[in-house]
Amino acid sequence: MTLTLDPSKALPKQGPAPKAKPRGGALDPFFEALCAASATALLAALCGVLVSLAIGGWPAFHKFGLHFFTISSWNPVTEVYGAAGPIVGTLITSFLALLFSLPVAFGVAVFLVEFCPSVLRRPIGTAVELLAGIPSIVYGMWGLFVLAPWFALHVQVPLLLLAPPGSLLEKLTSGIPNGANILTASLILAIMILPFMAAVLRDLFLTIPAQVRESAYGLGGNTVEVILSVSLPYIKRSAVGAIMLGLGRALGETMAVTFIIGNSHAFPKNLFDSGSTIASTIANEFNEATTEMHTSALIALGLVLFMITFAVLAIARTLLGRPKVV
Amino acid sequence: MLKTFAIALIATVSAASLGAQAIAADISGAGATFPAPVYAKWAETYKAQTKNGLNYQAIGSGGGIKQIQAKTVDFGATDKPLKPADLETAGLMQFPMVMGGVVPVMNLPGIAPGAVKLTGPVLAAIFIGDIKTWTDPRIASLNPGVKLPNLPITVVHRSDGSGTSFVFTTYLANQSPAWAQRVGANDSVEWPTGLGGKGNDGVAAFVKQTIGSIGYVEYAFAKQNKLTYANMKNKAGAFVAPTAGAFAAAASGADWSKAPGNYLLLLDQPGAASWPITAATFILVYKKQDKPESGKEVLAFFDWAYKNGDAAAQALDYVPMPAPVKTMMRKQWATQIKAADGKAIYAAK
Repeated sequence: MTLTLDPSKALPKQGPAPKAKPRGGALDPFFEALCAASATALLAALCGVLVSLAIGGWPAFHKFGLHFFTISSWNPVTEVYGAAGPIVGTLITSFLALLFSLPVAFGVAVFLVEFCPSVLRRPIGTAVELLAGIPSIVYGMWGLFVLAPWFALHVQVPLLLLAPPGSLLEKLTSGIPNGANILTASLILAIMILPFMAAVLRDLFLTIPAQVRESAYGLGGNTVEVILSVSLPYIKRSAVGAIMLGLGRALGETMAVTFIIGNSHAFPKNLFDSGSTIASTIANEFNEATTEMHTSALIALGLVLFMITFAVLAIARTLLGRPKVV
Repeated sequence: MLKTFAIALIATVSAASLGAQAIAADISGAGATFPAPVYAKWAETYKAQTKNGLNYQAIGSGGGIKQIQAKTVDFGATDKPLKPADLETAGLMQFPMVMGGVVPVMNLPGIAPGAVKLTGPVLAAIFIGDIKTWTDPRIASLNPGVKLPNLPITVVHRSDGSGTSFVFTTYLANQSPAWAQRVGANDSVEWPTGLGGKGNDGVAAFVKQTIGSIGYVEYAFAKQNKLTYANMKNKAGAFVAPTAGAFAAAASGADWSKAPGNYLLLLDQPGAASWPITAATFILVYKKQDKPESGKEVLAFFDWAYKNGDAAAQALDYVPMPAPVKTMMRKQWATQIKAADGKAIYAAK
């Protein structure tokens, strides 16, 4: 059997040394352009948001200057706006939430990957993902009607009775005993970001090649050693990314916090005091802000939140050095 | 690729705008949350009778003012009336639709609704943080024979900007020079003390959960949630309970004919039966109508509501406007709201 090669037949209109094209290869440039367009659109949207926030917030920045960040008065009647209270409230609640939820999220992830009987692995994994899908207002209602009264009755009231007047404990725990304060808001936030972080951490642990972990066990490591010295370093960078995403959600979370933080613009005295966050202030007041300065101050708050989120991401990146190509 | 994308985009946008046009056949309004339930009820009955729909978005009074100024809706609704000068600048007219009252509510164990009596100045002193306990002599002297608990007072206020807060703080500012000077009156203010709940629900929840607290909510909300209210001293010197009758009494004394631009707050009205913190909620429409057809539909709807909506309003614990006020508003529609050619767009039947 002979195979005749007739160049003119096989490749009619091509010159010498033709480049073989994959079937349907003509679509590739379109696909590439589509992906590039998506990325560009994202970047354009980001810049657009930034620019419009800056323009909208300009009157407030112009009027108050740097005092916008230091005044803790927020007075729509006299039109004096200072964001110190909401900024501090945002930072405290978000970092506390991270502090509370990170160890638990880590525990959930490790349990699911290392210890969980395979029968339970799927149900628990699904439950974690389902928790992440609950709308934030539901957490808010639960916080307001269930967590806050419980916290008031079982934590705040006993502490108030326990603390001698004038003592440090009294200073740290004084506040209206009804559960609407910075601490309960942080707890709600912690519960909200927990499933998300747990799910991502679990997925990250699953990306560790079996050989790596098994080699570590083979060298005689126990579970704690393997997790701490092999698994964790392996996923370190991506894990920080997951944590930052969780923190980002906590920084921007609105409805749940609005319900339970007590909504006072003053600078919080302690964790049992009511406060406000940037997002809750915007949610509370944007609808009814009729004067230009009030609207502008709220938009300026939005820009501040944007900057805080950006700064958090930037700091995380810097702490880790330049990430390697993933 | 970009072309396909553009075509898809155009298709989506035009589909969306077609949808918007389909809705635009209904009249659209936006604004105050307080009257939203009764507007919804009216719209439902009106649609059943006339096939004409109403799309009302309860986005808050400030939002209603912004939306009508941006001309994205056919009418705006607000609990905070615009001052005559502002109406003039914007080319708007406003008219009152229904009334309600703001009620101080408390959480005091062993105290029945209406058992505690308060006056405007005392209420202001409580909300400014000056009166700190329920056993304060200023409260005790108003309530001889009532065993007030020895509890600290926790003030609960609205955290969101609200027409309710506007009515309440205006009342306090009228009653107390200290309040007027230190806090002022607005739909959101810098509260000197206490904590903020979101919406009437948020305030009610915090009041229910905090022993010794005092807050303020719409009457309908206080009634439906069976909250412990305070009786208030009115201008005539009598202590009255918040009831529909007391709001109607306050409304009957009001003289709308002497209120330019219908700018009238029904606070502290004369009459022995008047509830002192009564307020109307308003509708905003353009005097010069670019779209006379939809303007006509709007007025037809509110005329229908004036005529047929009182029972529904009362069932939802609102107070209807008195008949002479309705007649006056119909006259104002005929003389003030005109199409571009200067003709009145709606003749009330």
